[in-house]
Amino acid sequence: MIALRGLTKEFPGGVRAVDSLDLEIGDGEFFALLGPSGCGKTTLLRTIAGLETPTSGRIEIGGVDVTGTPPGRRDVAMVFQDYALFPHMDVTANIAYPLRIRKVPRAGREAKAAETASRLSLSELLDRRPGQLSGGQQQRVALARAVACHPKAFLFDEPLSNLDARLRLEARTFLKRLQRELAVTTVFVTHDQSEALALADRIAVMSAGRITQLGTPSEVFRRPATTFVASFIGSTPMNLLPGVAKDGVLRVAGAEFPLPDGAPEGEVLYGLRPEYADLTTREPGEKGAFPGKVAVVENLGTAHLVTLECTDHLLQVVVPEGAEPPPGTAAWAVPRPGRALLYRDDTLVGGA
Amino acid sequence: MARAESGTLGRRPAVGFVLPALVLIGVFLVFPALWTVYLGLTDYRLTGLAAADPQVVGAANYAEALGDERFRTSLWLTVQFVLGSAVLGQAVLGFAIAWALRDRRGPLKSLTEGLVLLAWILPSSVVAFLWIALLDRDGGTLNAILHTPGFAWLLDHPMASIIVFNVWRGTAFSMMLYGAALENVPPSHLETARLAGASTLQQLRDVVLPHIKGHVLTNLLLITLWTFNDFTAFQLTAGGPEGRSEILPVYIYNVAMSGGRLGFGAAVSFLVLVVNLVLAFGYLRLLRSRGEVRPS
Repeated sequence: MIALRGLTKEFPGGVRAVDSLDLEIGDGEFFALLGPSGCGKTTLLRTIAGLETPTSGRIEIGGVDVTGTPPGRRDVAMVFQDYALFPHMDVTANIAYPLRIRKVPRAGREAKAAETASRLSLSELLDRRPGQLSGGQQQRVALARAVACHPKAFLFDEPLSNLDARLRLEARTFLKRLQRELAVTTVFVTHDQSEALALADRIAVMSAGRITQLGTPSEVFRRPATTFVASFIGSTPMNLLPGVAKDGVLRVAGAEFPLPDGAPEGEVLYGLRPEYADLTTREPGEKGAFPGKVAVVENLGTAHLVTLECTDHLLQVVVPEGAEPPPGTAAWAVPRPGRALLYRDDTLVGGA
Repeated sequence: MARAESGTLGRRPAVGFVLPALVLIGVFLVFPALWTVYLGLTDYRLTGLAAADPQVVGAANYAEALGDERFRTSLWLTVQFVLGSAVLGQAVLGFAIAWALRDRRGPLKSLTEGLVLLAWILPSSVVAFLWIALLDRDGGTLNAILHTPGFAWLLDHPMASIIVFNVWRGTAFSMMLYGAALENVPPSHLETARLAGASTLQQLRDVVLPHIKGHVLTNLLLITLWTFNDFTAFQLTAGGPEGRSEILPVYIYNVAMSGGRLGFGAAVSFLVLVVNLVLAFGYLRLLRSRGEVRPS
């Protein structure tokens, strides 16, 4: 288990990269730190590794306070974005490097390296140098180096971002399976929300050195706690439309909905994911639909992203293959029941 | 591409551009070198009969030099001077300073670099005077600091004095070269080693040195050659006392200028040139073999 208590990292010049952060990561958990660049996620990871010294607060790994422990004695392994393979050593020597530092005899560490390499399908490449490997192979060698020394925790800094798009999906599946098999607590940093959603058991969405939301991928995806998370998560950004709740009725961009129980009255932001609405070209009888004109149709492959020009606002809807209306036609977007979210002062106040 | 460029410039203008430089090199470098080779084969002297009418004596000068006790002592002193002040002194100290300052910012770094650089850019005669003032037997600063009045550093420890002096004077170059080289070491590689638990020495051996090997060889080549040919020490000890700090450049000066034996001095100069060439070829071979080992 990794526990952070009141962790703060302030850089000279007064920049607070991590701001009194509390977090507990369970044993064997695959945990994502997600956020835009500059949100402090990498600093947080480096502080856990011991490469940065926290300004205040405590770090515990496996129940031991390691706040003042040098990185080499924390029993964690980190995989860097650039993999950091030593160019003058072959794959075996790279994988066995941490074991060599721990004075494991040559035969023992080479056997361990070969075993780890075969697990990561690197057996053919043991004599190669990093310069002779592809990006995906280099990444697996870096992973093998982390795996070979059996650490208490893995720390991955943007593990997939140096791979090309096609390889990234393959590596993602591979990484998730490997983590599941090894069941080692893993923290990884990413700016790619789809990566975090796909890989992690839990996600911490970070912004300005703080955790904005902590939850499972489906929690974070379905009920973003703030408009920041709402707009950051999801491959197509969530529609956020200003509306007014009054006398039990919610009015948003030409549509009217009954206000659910417990939802406050006054000005709100109405949030709806493009995936959670249906588009129809026949006028629905009820008022619970957004009327508009099709402005843009973007092909996403298996679906189309339709941008609807409503009164004063744009609304995006994902429409299944073949059902997309031509630009210029009048259309209505009908939200699926229970999928819309209401925000006030950037904070989630209820569903609709 | 190269074809198009040579086509636009043409052979004649190209020769025209290079020619002035070639003439200068020929007149001031190649010709004196060849002239030295010729002089080395004669009994040319500064004064007397042999000055007016030098005779070719063949390899006699070389035979005499190689058999001369004073020459061999001088060669040995030069080896000490090069190993002590260049390889051990400047390179190691320069690297140590660069390593210590690598992640630092602010006044401490600027101050250290400024002071080290100052030692390098001051004119050698000024520096020599400063060091004489420091090491002087009667009014020297060092004796005042150490409370050892009357201790004659330059007389009792002439070699140590000029070695320390040359380290002080020349470290800046190595420091700057290694400072630039260390910027090429990816931080993530050092951090990977740190996370594996590597000590500073292990980090240097496993990460830093493999990355800066080429820089180390270039640095050693340059400072070895510079130190081998360095004449500044003459201003401190003039080779004395009793030739105990008479490194080869000083020896040549003493023999050729003070002793007036220009022909013999030229022969020794040529020997020094040969040693320099051997050193340079050695380093270049190492550099090249390093390049072959590296993949891709």
